[in-house]
Amino acid sequence: MDWGTIINNTLAGLLTPTTIAFALAALGLAMHFGFAGLLNFGIAGFMAIGAYGYAISVLTFGFPWWGGMIVGIIGSILFAILLGVPTLRLRGDYLAIVTIAAAEIVRLLFLTTAFTDVTGSADGLFGYNNSGGFTSANPFPPGSYGWGPWTYNSETLWVLTFGLGVLAVCVWFLWALMRSPWGRVIKGIREDEEAIRALGKNVFAYKLQALIIGGIFGGMGGIIYAAFANVSPGVYVTSITFFIWTSLLLGGAATIWGPVIGAVIFWTLQAFLSNILPELALAGILPVSGTQAATLRFVLVGIGLMLLVIYRPQGIFGDKRELTFVK
Amino acid sequence: MNFLSVGNPKRFLKLVVVVFTALIIGLGLLVSPAQADSVGEDFDHAVLGNVKIKGEPIGGVRIVVEGPSYTAEVRTSDDGSWLVGVPTKDTYTVTLDQETLPAGIAVLEGGATQDVDLGLSDRVVKNFFIGQGERNEVSFFDQFVARLIYGINFGLMLGLASVGLSLVFGTTGLSNFAHGEMVTFGAVAALILGTVLQVPIWVAIPAAVILSAGFGWSLDAGLWKPLRKKGLGIVQLMIISIGLSLTLRYVIQFFIGGGTEQLPGFDSPKINFFGSVALSINDLYSMGISIVAILGFALWLLKTNTGKATRAISDNPDLAAASGIDVDKVVRLVWIVSAALAGLSGVLWAYFRPGIKWDMGTQILLLIFAAVTLGGLGTAFGALIGALVVGILVETSSLFIPSDLKYVGALVVLIGVLLFRPQGLMGRKQRVG
Repeated sequence: MDWGTIINNTLAGLLTPTTIAFALAALGLAMHFGFAGLLNFGIAGFMAIGAYGYAISVLTFGFPWWGGMIVGIIGSILFAILLGVPTLRLRGDYLAIVTIAAAEIVRLLFLTTAFTDVTGSADGLFGYNNSGGFTSANPFPPGSYGWGPWTYNSETLWVLTFGLGVLAVCVWFLWALMRSPWGRVIKGIREDEEAIRALGKNVFAYKLQALIIGGIFGGMGGIIYAAFANVSPGVYVTSITFFIWTSLLLGGAATIWGPVIGAVIFWTLQAFLSNILPELALAGILPVSGTQAATLRFVLVGIGLMLLVIYRPQGIFGDKRELTFVK
Repeated sequence: MNFLSVGNPKRFLKLVVVVFTALIIGLGLLVSPAQADSVGEDFDHAVLGNVKIKGEPIGGVRIVVEGPSYTAEVRTSDDGSWLVGVPTKDTYTVTLDQETLPAGIAVLEGGATQDVDLGLSDRVVKNFFIGQGERNEVSFFDQFVARLIYGINFGLMLGLASVGLSLVFGTTGLSNFAHGEMVTFGAVAALILGTVLQVPIWVAIPAAVILSAGFGWSLDAGLWKPLRKKGLGIVQLMIISIGLSLTLRYVIQFFIGGGTEQLPGFDSPKINFFGSVALSINDLYSMGISIVAILGFALWLLKTNTGKATRAISDNPDLAAASGIDVDKVVRLVWIVSAALAGLSGVLWAYFRPGIKWDMGTQILLLIFAAVTLGGLGTAFGALIGALVVGILVETSSLFIPSDLKYVGALVVLIGVLLFRPQGLMGRKQRVG
């Protein structure tokens, strides 16, 4: 057993562009579910639209990188409106089914061979970071930065800095929103929709605004992920939505830092398990093959999600009184 | 100006004449030989290929290359090779004329017309994957009938899974995201019995259904009943069912791996019915079994005491409990019936796809939800009708839209139903809340 490599890879999982991307998506879900009480099971669709919006507008329409990212965000806003206007009047579990179906429609549309010229079909898209100028906007000169497990080349460092900046702005924005009067109305809707309606508030408009803001966060998550890796339709499957839900519930749904810390814990644990389980199998401690060991960590995610919801639905940092709306 | 309207008979006649003339000229062109196996060799770029089946070259196959400003056609030489020089680096469409292939041979993948892109290199090789197969030359009506029958088969199969999901929702309020894994479970149980333990398949399938029923019993006894007692809300239960779905899915992958496995006798012979509709013996069995199972289920739900109790709980759980119905006992039975039907539909679906894969249940989970919602959440017979509509829609829609988008149609219907008639076809408005 090579403990050095395992610990190194695990610690590296603390800060990666993937972790930041999923923290952003979890933050979006916190807005949707934790604060507004909306059961969105389509966060993968928001991420896909952000990522593809960025990549397609750069590759097909020749936008600069920042223009492409803005297109990605506008795409997520439109998706939120498209999804929200008809469905926000429905009961919670209906919204869940509609959002999961909509996210699958989005993924299938990006996957189909009918639009290969634009979407790249199953191969996905790549090269947009170079042609859009995101890579050349890198302020860091080439070289190696950081120390120990956190050693990055200048390109990764640029994505990390950019991603952390976006995440910081989003966290601050959510924090500011939630202590504003707007945030109190949103929490009120979560607790008792009828009471807020009786106060003369337009509940539907508030919910739609919450859906849009959370959707922007989700789209940003997709964009950060795309800024680091290729855009591939195989990423935006429903499992990813469920992983983000697990991260969110782990940290605490109705908290500001919960989703961020939850995502960090989730991806660090994933890095740890994906390193240690095959090693254990190789060393003969676990009587399974290497591929079986790799599968095992997703089994653990599922079990973890169930235990979490049964025994600690408020998550690590949450307050149980904040989750009485989950009925 | 709508010059295609049939309103003016004279104009219409003229159009018909023009079309026919064009067709005749077109056919004449087809007959006239274009025997060269390579054209345009003077150009800098070329598209080329080989037409072979199992290493045997096929000569005289007509290939047409079309580009933005250039069109050429060749016939393959005796060694199967062909080459078309092209003037510019562009995307060209290459068409293999299937009429010129020997009888019973067709392009199997990607269709007879495919794109090649000369973006990166000067010469691009384009080979078609050909083999023995049905050529796509049946009339639209025949295709439609064939798709309709496949759709009914698929719909009945979906129906088996959907009525169970609907009953569980009706009696417990749970939208069970792990229902897809209950479908996979049945197929995997049949696989293990049929191929690993070498049990004859006609024993393995009923045994798999019984195992599925036991699986449903253990899920309720080990998980859902304790959670109901704990008083968890339906949202929490729903998220737990997602965790359960992930767990089961990857446990199944743990045991059977990521590949596709086949049940014994999956490639049964096909029988031709009226014209072009070819159904395999498995398809016929599958439809028969589905119909018998659904009829049995309907009899149980309508005629027996437990069936009536189930419907009573779906209607109003508190009233049912107050009337002396043992809700827990009925819910337990509902889980058993639901899991057994899901397991059976998994076995049938494994023959329909064909193949067993660890995520096969997840693939149709949303279609099952679509069927249940279309019929009306919580209504068993509505779910059945919804499943038939979804099945037929999925299969026939591939006549109009790319086949890799065929599930999209069903999902759009799902969303549409929730928008315009959230109670579904058979549901009542009060459930929408």
